[in-house]
Amino acid sequence: MPADALTAATPTWRHPEFRRGARDMVGIALGIAAWGLVTGVAMVKSGLEVPLAVLMSLVVYAGSAQLAALPLIATGAPVWVVWAAAFCVNLRFVIFSVQWRPYFVHLPFWARLRVGYFTADLNYVLFMRRFPDPTPAPEQLPYFWGGVAANWGAWQVASLTGIALAELVPTHWGIGFAGVIALLGVTYSLINDRVSWVAAGVAACAAVAAYALPLRLNIVVAIAAAVAIALIIDHLPAARGARR
Amino acid sequence: MTDWEVVLTILGLGVLTVLTRAFFFLPRRELPMPGWLREGLRYAPLAALAAVVAPEVVMTQGELIDTWRDARLYAFAAATAYYFWRRDILGTIVCGTAVMLALRLGLGW
Repeated sequence: MPADALTAATPTWRHPEFRRGARDMVGIALGIAAWGLVTGVAMVKSGLEVPLAVLMSLVVYAGSAQLAALPLIATGAPVWVVWAAAFCVNLRFVIFSVQWRPYFVHLPFWARLRVGYFTADLNYVLFMRRFPDPTPAPEQLPYFWGGVAANWGAWQVASLTGIALAELVPTHWGIGFAGVIALLGVTYSLINDRVSWVAAGVAACAAVAAYALPLRLNIVVAIAAAVAIALIIDHLPAARGARR
Repeated sequence: MTDWEVVLTILGLGVLTVLTRAFFFLPRRELPMPGWLREGLRYAPLAALAAVVAPEVVMTQGELIDTWRDARLYAFAAATAYYFWRRDILGTIVCGTAVMLALRLGLGW
């Protein structure tokens, strides 16, 4: 069956790309679970009551924004300050949404909102790796939803488990580092040429150098620096000549 | 903060997260963007990941670590070696975490 007819005839979750999206994500699921667990535990340990922690996990579904908001909520910061902080932490999503646009802008408004809720970092990374050409195609949505099913599912289960078991997890074990290792693996999987090595190195150094910036703005600085360096290298006359 | 203020805060966080994630594809109208910028943004995911990982490995409490006795460094090295040997993310996670736990719980690093 041609791809279009297959997609029209099959419910999303039966489409072969759905399974592939889920499978690609499941490999990293252990790392996702570690992050979720750590975030769940952190929410309760910062003083959030269990029902509120559950609400936060389900409604926000954004680990770094949640972790940034927790100390502000705990110390009684004004609501708008918490929102401003989370917005800054989320700036990288604004950058990612530029690349998401060609794939999703044709969807109806409420479908776009729903996609917006479910789109996490790893969905972006894996999806862009699978579909580097910014042209909409019928197998993309099933792949996206497969990845979402795995990511959202693993995250929420781990987060709710962390909330439930917060008292029992020893913090000094540093289990959260398993999440860092998972991200490291994904980072390496994206490096495929010399320019990307340079981009990764520049981003790493910039993020460390700018770490003192509030609200995780060092991430935005690192992205800007890496993108700038990559553009410069890609447009050097020597590089252009070598490509011919 | 009262409980209701926390609920309001959480709901607002949810809304703004959806809006930031969908920022450039909620509006139907195209925002003009130069081709070179779009091309450069291809490196954004890699840069973001590296930016998140690096401080978690080499910094503690906002300062660069100043000792070699940190389990994370060895976990990072082991995970890197494993990844480029096997190219399997699950194995990388297990390997790196195992080294970290062994050093942290065994040697107190």
